Amino acid sequence: MAASAGTLSAAPKSRRSVAPGLSIGLSTLYLSLIVLLPLAALSWRAHGWDAVSTAQGVSALKLTLGLSLVVALVNAVAGTAIAWSLVRDRFVGQGFVNALVDLPFALPTIVAGLTLLALYGPKSPVGVNAAFTRWGLLLALLFVTLPFVVRTVQPVLFELDREMEDAAASLGAGRVTTFLRIILPSILPAILSGVALAFARAVGEFGAVVLISGNLPFKTEVVSVYVFGRLESGDPGGAAAASVVILLISFGVLLAIGGLRRWVTKHDR
Amino acid sequence: MIGKYALRLFSLGYLAVLLVAPVGYVFWQTFEHGVGPAWDAVTTPDALHALKVTLILTAIAVPANTIFGVLCALAIVRHRYPGAGIVNAVVDLPLALSPVVVGLALLLLYGRGGWLGGHGIVFALPGMVLATIFVSLPFVVREVVPVLREIGTEQEQAAATLGASALQTFLRVTWPAIRYATAYGVVLTTARALGEFGAVSVVSGRLAGETESLTLYVQDRYQSFDTTGAYAAAVVLALLAMATLLLMTRLKPKEGTQ
Repeated sequence: MAASAGTLSAAPKSRRSVAPGLSIGLSTLYLSLIVLLPLAALSWRAHGWDAVSTAQGVSALKLTLGLSLVVALVNAVAGTAIAWSLVRDRFVGQGFVNALVDLPFALPTIVAGLTLLALYGPKSPVGVNAAFTRWGLLLALLFVTLPFVVRTVQPVLFELDREMEDAAASLGAGRVTTFLRIILPSILPAILSGVALAFARAVGEFGAVVLISGNLPFKTEVVSVYVFGRLESGDPGGAAAASVVILLISFGVLLAIGGLRRWVTKHDR
Repeated sequence: MIGKYALRLFSLGYLAVLLVAPVGYVFWQTFEHGVGPAWDAVTTPDALHALKVTLILTAIAVPANTIFGVLCALAIVRHRYPGAGIVNAVVDLPLALSPVVVGLALLLLYGRGGWLGGHGIVFALPGMVLATIFVSLPFVVREVVPVLREIGTEQEQAAATLGASALQTFLRVTWPAIRYATAYGVVLTTARALGEFGAVSVVSGRLAGETESLTLYVQDRYQSFDTTGAYAAAVVLALLAMATLLLMTRLKPKEGTQ
């Protein structure tokens, strides 16, 4: 890494490469048309802030943020545990399990919701009915956010130098102490960045929750479903206002992740 | 040593309860009475049309985002220009943004009363295409950027010094290096485009047999109490997802497992 970083900084400022004007111009134009213009229209047409401040809107927002926080915490633990099992453990079928972790990225969210509803819904063969409850929401969100922490922690854990752990062990540290004092500090930035991604995803999730939540106001209505409901009931301005709130949260999380990455690279050198 | 087995049990148990059991159960339910009923359910005119719509959306969004993705990655890594940081941040936005918000933004731009309203874009295929492009935009960029950073510019400079044109340098030096990263990004883009639900749901108008993609069809069938139809269509999507997963495992740079 150090070598490649060296060549990067040593490279002259004026590089001759693929048609600079073309790649910059086209990609900026594409981004503006596809992403920025619609979001500008959204912000422009957001009015009726009372849609956000009604009891129903506030309740949806609170539920979403609370659930996302729980999802983030569960993922921090379960994601790290799964990453650990994939890197430090050895068992038959490990390659399969490793591929399986990506399934929520590949599987359409509506299918994820449907499968959870089939097994843990009203016709559950195992006698668990989580449909139209917050438990159901939690399950759906945990399903779609599963890969984030695993995939950020796994490579860091893999690269981790084991000499320090051996040294700690030889100095009499127990397994727990070694994990907390040696391993955790190294993988914490990766855990946090995975957790932030999972949080952002949970805040905006729609497809996986729309079937299982039942969308009961004040009980199981999350903010993306609330936006959809506002739109259906002919209040696009209010829907846009609530959307701007989600947009700001997502952007805040992205900035936090960016800040985290910069902080880590600064402390690595 | 007990700790080791407890951890393995926890990890595998978590995956089994959350992923394997629900997905497996829907497969089992679908094929409980053999392939016949499931086949009939996915070959109805509406189901076939929904599959066609999904394939059209994917066939437009994936090439568009691939070309853009490579160009954008080049712009971010190889050039310093004012606003590069903003471009970098905006590219990530579709990853973090709720699909419903994406759909609504398109609706407000191209729908009635919007800045570009009244061209038959929303509640029709063009709107669904735009929604699909939006949500699947970041993947190729995100896969190609780190590889471009890693390979540096030495070889490209050498090629330029030896008189290669910009295009030749790209085709002979840069492209071979980013080929696999691009392919991996394409697979991720495809998976996202096939499975998009929220954004497409908002802009489609959901006319069965017209603007219904396969994911919308799944919801429609389920809410019409046709679980057989919903499960069968879900299985089709799940099989497509597993095919992409297989490609992902093949293409992914090997790291992170023993």
